Amino acid sequence: MTYIRHIEHENIVHRCFRCGYCKYPSDYSDFNCPSYKAFGWDTFAPGGRMWLTRAWLSGEIETSARFAEIMFSCVACDNCKDQCVFPKFKDFLPDIFQETRAELVGEGKIPPGVRDYFKAVAVSGNPYKLPQSERGDWAKGTGLKPFTNQKYLFYAGSVGSYDEVGKRMAQSVGKMLVDAGLSVGILGNEEGCDGNDVRALGEMGLFVQLAQANIETFKAKGVKEIITLDPHALNTFKKDYPRLGGLFKVRHYSEVLAELIKKKKIKLKAWPVTITYHDPCYLGRHQNIYQAPRDILKAIPKAEFVEMHRHGADAFCCGGGGGNFFTDILGMSEDSASRVRVREAAETGASILAVACPNCAKMLTDAVKMENLEDRLEVLSLAEILERARK
Amino acid sequence: MSDILQSLIDIVGERSVSNAPEELWFYSRDPGVLAPHKPDYVVAPKTTEEVQKIVQLANREKVPVVPMGNGMSLAGLVIPLKGGIVLDMKRMNKILEVNAMARYVVVEGGTSQGALKSYLQKNHPTLRHSIPDAPATTTIAANVSLHGQGRLTNQYGFNSDMVTGLEVVLPTGEICLIGSPSIGPYWISKGPTLPDLSGLFLGWLGCTGIITKVGLKLYPNKKIRDAELFVTDRVDLIPHILYKLTHLEMLEDINVWFQPKPLMFLGNYHITIFFTGDTEEEIEFKRKMVWDCLQEYMDSKDGGFMSMQYMKPMLLEMPGRNIADFADVPKGGGFEYSGPIAPIEHFPQYAAKVVELAAKYNVLYASTARLISGGHSMMYSISFAFNRNDKAMMERVEQALTEATAFALDMGGIPWKPNFKEQQMTLAKMEPNARKLLLMIKKNLDPQGIMNPGNWEVNS
Repeated sequence: MTYIRHIEHENIVHRCFRCGYCKYPSDYSDFNCPSYKAFGWDTFAPGGRMWLTRAWLSGEIETSARFAEIMFSCVACDNCKDQCVFPKFKDFLPDIFQETRAELVGEGKIPPGVRDYFKAVAVSGNPYKLPQSERGDWAKGTGLKPFTNQKYLFYAGSVGSYDEVGKRMAQSVGKMLVDAGLSVGILGNEEGCDGNDVRALGEMGLFVQLAQANIETFKAKGVKEIITLDPHALNTFKKDYPRLGGLFKVRHYSEVLAELIKKKKIKLKAWPVTITYHDPCYLGRHQNIYQAPRDILKAIPKAEFVEMHRHGADAFCCGGGGGNFFTDILGMSEDSASRVRVREAAETGASILAVACPNCAKMLTDAVKMENLEDRLEVLSLAEILERARK
Repeated sequence: MSDILQSLIDIVGERSVSNAPEELWFYSRDPGVLAPHKPDYVVAPKTTEEVQKIVQLANREKVPVVPMGNGMSLAGLVIPLKGGIVLDMKRMNKILEVNAMARYVVVEGGTSQGALKSYLQKNHPTLRHSIPDAPATTTIAANVSLHGQGRLTNQYGFNSDMVTGLEVVLPTGEICLIGSPSIGPYWISKGPTLPDLSGLFLGWLGCTGIITKVGLKLYPNKKIRDAELFVTDRVDLIPHILYKLTHLEMLEDINVWFQPKPLMFLGNYHITIFFTGDTEEEIEFKRKMVWDCLQEYMDSKDGGFMSMQYMKPMLLEMPGRNIADFADVPKGGGFEYSGPIAPIEHFPQYAAKVVELAAKYNVLYASTARLISGGHSMMYSISFAFNRNDKAMMERVEQALTEATAFALDMGGIPWKPNFKEQQMTLAKMEPNARKLLLMIKKNLDPQGIMNPGNWEVNS
């Protein structure tokens, strides 16, 4: 059967000059595109994807496992969008890659890891294939109550609900919110997958189902304001849900904690430690939240905050964005993003690498082990750091 | 699996070799207008020894080898015209040594201009190299192998003049050090006082060997950079203005540009004059010298300095990210230019030719000239943008560029980074004994004819 390929931004793909600015940070210090860094071929850089997409749409190259690997190895970190020098179309680069993945999904030719991820989410409601009945177990002992009519819903997400590292992060944030006296509840076993990474990987049908189910639940429960653990959830709640009728006030937990510290609802003691911070792509580049996590860390008396060379809008992704956290197409070679990133963190001399995203936490924790940095660098979430620094 | 593919995998490992349709398609072309041609393999070595083994294999099997940086010459110089192996050199990107006192750096050939700039800013902020206007991804070895120019070319010559030594893998597989590093540990001279062997590789576009390491001169990085923009509508005055400016002997860079779009630029010739200083006093002194130097043109109302506050950050940026913008003017992702090296006295004729060619071929032009070595010559860029979705437009651009090169040769100019067709035009014009010497060098260095074949083919 001949498959007619089409993507929404097809009229733009030929405008890429393949100049390569997209694969760098603003100071050109290293490659800032995780898939280019890991694979080293120009085809795996944003410019390569643009040119190949054009060739694929015109039939010059066929769908293949390699083409799918190239497209699905993009971690949707948005560095290319920020660095591209063509202001008239740069904003659409991530859309073009996402649309190409969606087209591949439609064609049914996707990497096995992506297929398995979709299946797990569709069948089990989470990528871990764990029972929905266990989704709220992480909250035991935190003091968090089921959402009834509290001011805020704390949304943990799949990683925060099922992954060991993610659960630790969710628990420490949950406790911190409760201890600060915030009116907050959780959905527990009624919570669903947010769908951000499903969307990024191109399964639009499944994404819409997940989003609509969540929107219905939120509305039925009377949710007005949401605090997310995961910047991925934050991103899709703010960017995609409104178009499906889901209008909620959504904030990331780092913003809330920073505010609680400012209001002295969380009091901190002196802790002489050196901390660096990794900006998650979905919090930083996607949602432009850079300051709140830094305000939290800088509020700890005696703690020294040091930046990694690439930080803020120039931060290097951990490699776990765009669904790669689950599909692992980038792999864990020496040049994989997470390993590069923890080496960069270690260079600062910090003993703690602060993270704000459960995906980053897991990726970087694993990378610290692979790089044998366990005796020098500990990966901790912002809330876990606050737990240690709390009076 | 072919024997060659297996041998390449044995040398560099599976992840560093590809003959997948996707890589073969991508590495068969560059962003310019020339037709693509597929390689048989793409290989990304990480060490000189790997390059050596690949070249030895290629020699044995008589397979073409095309070294590639970022492929941004736009002139198709890394299109594998006869197939074979494209060597993507960008994984050889280590900065090996900075000798701050002797002001040089030694880098692996695949090091990008951007990475070197960033490294120097962080670790040696008082030093800089001559950054070309090409994108930051372009590599040091590629730039010197095509006689690139940069921000310091007015002061110090072509970027290839700034080379202080080379490591080269010869077409027969030997690893060869060129210049002072062949004698001792210091990368202080590419040739003098020895016979200058660097000329066997610089400007040869990878036809005589693969440059794996480059020693490069560094220069003082003054604390302040500034610029002035002088505008005139009298093209005939440009050579005189340039002559006067170069007489000051203290300017970082001088560029002359004109373009029809946006309309505010139409009809004028703009001279961007860059200067540097360590103090405001030094900057203001130089500014005064520049203004005084051009006072007579202001008095005669033939020109004046243009307010450039909103443009200044863009003009001072290195590399200039906005330069690629030209590719999107026809909303089509491409431009290409002919960049002959010519005497500055010919500026008016070149300027007229650009406009004539743009009208004749119905294409959009932009033009920039950069002074070289204090005005001994200039690189005159004749640029045409095109829409990659418009084949007819691309053909017109190719024809316009060919005619521009023919014009430059007729005017006694030398084409810069000529494509394979322009190389033949150049060779046809060359004095026979010089051409014979080129042939002798190429044949002796590359007896199997495996290095970037189709380029500088003297006997074709």
